[in-house]
Amino acid sequence: MNAFVTLIIALGKTNSINAKQALLAEYFSSANDQDKLWTIALFTGKKPKRTLPAALLKKWCAAYCQIPEWLFNESYHTVGDLAETIALLLPAKGEEMTASSASLSDIIEQLSDLSSQSDEEKKAFILQQWQQLDRNACFVFNKLITGGFRIGISQSMIYNALAKAIQKSAGEIAYLFSGKWHPTAVSFKELLSKENAVNENSKPYPFYLAYPLENSLIDNDNPDDWIAEWKWDGIRGQCIKRNQQHFIWSRGEELITEQFPELHELLLQLPDGTVVDGEILCANPTSNTIEPLPFALLQKRITRKRLNTQILQEAPAIFVAYDLLEWNQEDIRQKPIIERQRILSELTNTIKSPHFKCSTPILFENWEQLRNIRNQSRENSTEGLMLKRKTSTYQSGRKKGDWWKWKVDPFTIDGVLIYAQKGHGRRSNLYTDYTFAVKDGDKLISFTKAYSGLTDAEFKEVDAFVKKNALEKFGPVRTVKPELVFEIAFEGISESKRHKAGIALRFPRMKRLRKDKSVEDINTLSDLKQLLLQHGKTYPL
Amino acid sequence: MSQELLTLTTNGLYCAAGDFYIDPWRSVHKAIITHAHSDHAKAGHGAYLCHHLTKPLLKVRLGDFAYESIEWNQPVTLNGVKVSLHPAGHVIGSSQVRVEYNGEIACVSGDYKTTDDGLSGLFEPVSCHTFITESTFALPVYQWELQEIQYRKVQDWILANQAQGFNSVLFAYSLGKAQRMATAVAPITNNIFLHGSAAAIHEALQKAGVSLPNIKKAGQQTEKGELKNTVIIAPASTMGTHWLKKFEPYRTAVCSGWMQVRGQAKRNPADTGFAISDHADWNGLLAAIKATNAQKVLATHGFTSVLSRYLNEIGIEAEELEYVN
Repeated sequence: MNAFVTLIIALGKTNSINAKQALLAEYFSSANDQDKLWTIALFTGKKPKRTLPAALLKKWCAAYCQIPEWLFNESYHTVGDLAETIALLLPAKGEEMTASSASLSDIIEQLSDLSSQSDEEKKAFILQQWQQLDRNACFVFNKLITGGFRIGISQSMIYNALAKAIQKSAGEIAYLFSGKWHPTAVSFKELLSKENAVNENSKPYPFYLAYPLENSLIDNDNPDDWIAEWKWDGIRGQCIKRNQQHFIWSRGEELITEQFPELHELLLQLPDGTVVDGEILCANPTSNTIEPLPFALLQKRITRKRLNTQILQEAPAIFVAYDLLEWNQEDIRQKPIIERQRILSELTNTIKSPHFKCSTPILFENWEQLRNIRNQSRENSTEGLMLKRKTSTYQSGRKKGDWWKWKVDPFTIDGVLIYAQKGHGRRSNLYTDYTFAVKDGDKLISFTKAYSGLTDAEFKEVDAFVKKNALEKFGPVRTVKPELVFEIAFEGISESKRHKAGIALRFPRMKRLRKDKSVEDINTLSDLKQLLLQHGKTYPL
Repeated sequence: MSQELLTLTTNGLYCAAGDFYIDPWRSVHKAIITHAHSDHAKAGHGAYLCHHLTKPLLKVRLGDFAYESIEWNQPVTLNGVKVSLHPAGHVIGSSQVRVEYNGEIACVSGDYKTTDDGLSGLFEPVSCHTFITESTFALPVYQWELQEIQYRKVQDWILANQAQGFNSVLFAYSLGKAQRMATAVAPITNNIFLHGSAAAIHEALQKAGVSLPNIKKAGQQTEKGELKNTVIIAPASTMGTHWLKKFEPYRTAVCSGWMQVRGQAKRNPADTGFAISDHADWNGLLAAIKATNAQKVLATHGFTSVLSRYLNEIGIEAEELEYVN
């Protein structure tokens, strides 16, 4: 595991993408195949089986270090990461540790074997490792148990690095590694073999994702070079039909075929060797226009293990096609989108299913006109617009230049900071998780939490304010003097019985710190209720 | 605490019997200064009492005032109160202040560390009734590595930078950390540049007889050519400034106990961090507190609530001492 530990520690010490990629490439060139596979799995969110709950680790660590539980928790709130907290709490060891000969995959296997063992046996194994491993190795070992390496590595960085170590292009690797696989079920060689790629009928293409349009970036572009479409707020997905088998993949690379039985009819009608990219929405299929139902219903559809007739009636799904990636068994991603969409519209005419819709381009003469159309996004229950250059190929991953998302401006509300809690990861020991209130008569009522949107410097400033102005402590939460006013931006509002104010916001974040405003100037609960009345129904959560 | 002996006033910690303050933050007539860091040593007091090696530092930092200095363990009497200084091991000259009156003994730790850094003197436990302790790193996740390991890591980093054609910038407090880092890197290089503020301290200490490695001042007259394979020691405030430009290409590291936690190290814009501290770690604090045999411990500066709660649970009466700065 030593090489993997060295990699993790080194990755944590640099912010440069090139340096990270070089470290990964170096690691890939020497790691064995099974370790390579596990490393890719771990960095792309495929976790090993969890065999130990956090509570047990906490208990064993506190007992081993002879500290009370509250002191463990104080430490955890300051460090902001369980695996690291434990590594730091264990007695410091000398630097000269006997190098562990076990490989990364050995350790993962040993951890997975724990599932059939008694708590006493589990404890003995964990304690033995804790005593044996130095601090860095201990941290990585704990991470393998608790899961989730958040080290700022994107999939494309991994594939680029792997491309340097093995004789394949990054694009090819991205394709071979997409879709459903797990290191416990497939080997590195199998994944990379051409035959595997051909036989795997289900494989989706890596999704092409867009960045937000930076203001006025396209003002100098010729509107004739661009396609504009509505940006629907559903789940991005690919419909695949190959060798008489059909599949639906979500953007998160989850196979969701079974969750949407009403789409099977249209899948059956697709000719063999077809892959369509689009958006899954809940909407009335018999309507000629697209009128999405609340997003929450769609969420319900995905999370439910078993679908009953009631939910299928309540929340019918449709597929809105955006793009065609494979046609006649041929990968056509390198053709310009204007050509791909032309074939797509021909295909659309042959599909006889009310659940299949095709995204239609929005006609516009100039950018000013399109800007006005964008302002109607909310009325149309969309998130805004998508802009695609007519000559664009279908790329993989998030790329700038050819595709842009041009979302509608968010809602905003001014609220005052009332509670703060320390953050996690690189926000450790900093108060970065905030709760905000609006006025309700002469009282304050909490209406949302927000964690993002401020710069590091601003977080530091608010952190200092919280430390100075903490009124009460409730565990890790500090009540603070209601003084700092923030503009909170969000994408949607809906009714909620779970929240004090009776509303829930979609994607709340801090737009800016309003130093020019005092607690007297913030919005009121009735302002929120008004928003709910106006937009809550058409733009639900 | 023996409330009569030391009390907290709006000016700072005050000894009414002796009519003097310890590390006051507002101007007073008589101040005993634990060490020359700016949050402890302010300008403008009527008279100062400090350790011999703190005096030249105060002169550099605060200008000319009525400084009086004494050696460790050489008591003086102020209005009938016996006052003595004892090594705190924090930075050069740093001292604990022992105050005795009518058989009652209190000790103010100032900032301290319990390991010997080879420069600041070895921390001396002082038996007392009341111990006022700092608590900057009073959490058990703060356990420092041995100094030799810490220093070797810094040296390895510098050598690796040199091999790749990079200079090495160490961000460190001008007083204390800068002298330690100069000592830490001296075995592998004689090409050490100090920022003006650190160089002033360095020279003042050398003049006072402290043995420190020879350094170069990174003044404006330095030519680009001679700035290869160098180690630069500078305060963190120079990060990303024009002043550092002449040392390009370089890599940067912050030397601070806060670098112990990955999240905090990541937040730092420097390339890397070394968890090297001039404060006691968790075990150091506990060992120091126990060694005083104090009946009462007052925790200031840092994780005061954690430390006082823990001490109470292990049978040492403790409270938070809230500074109203």
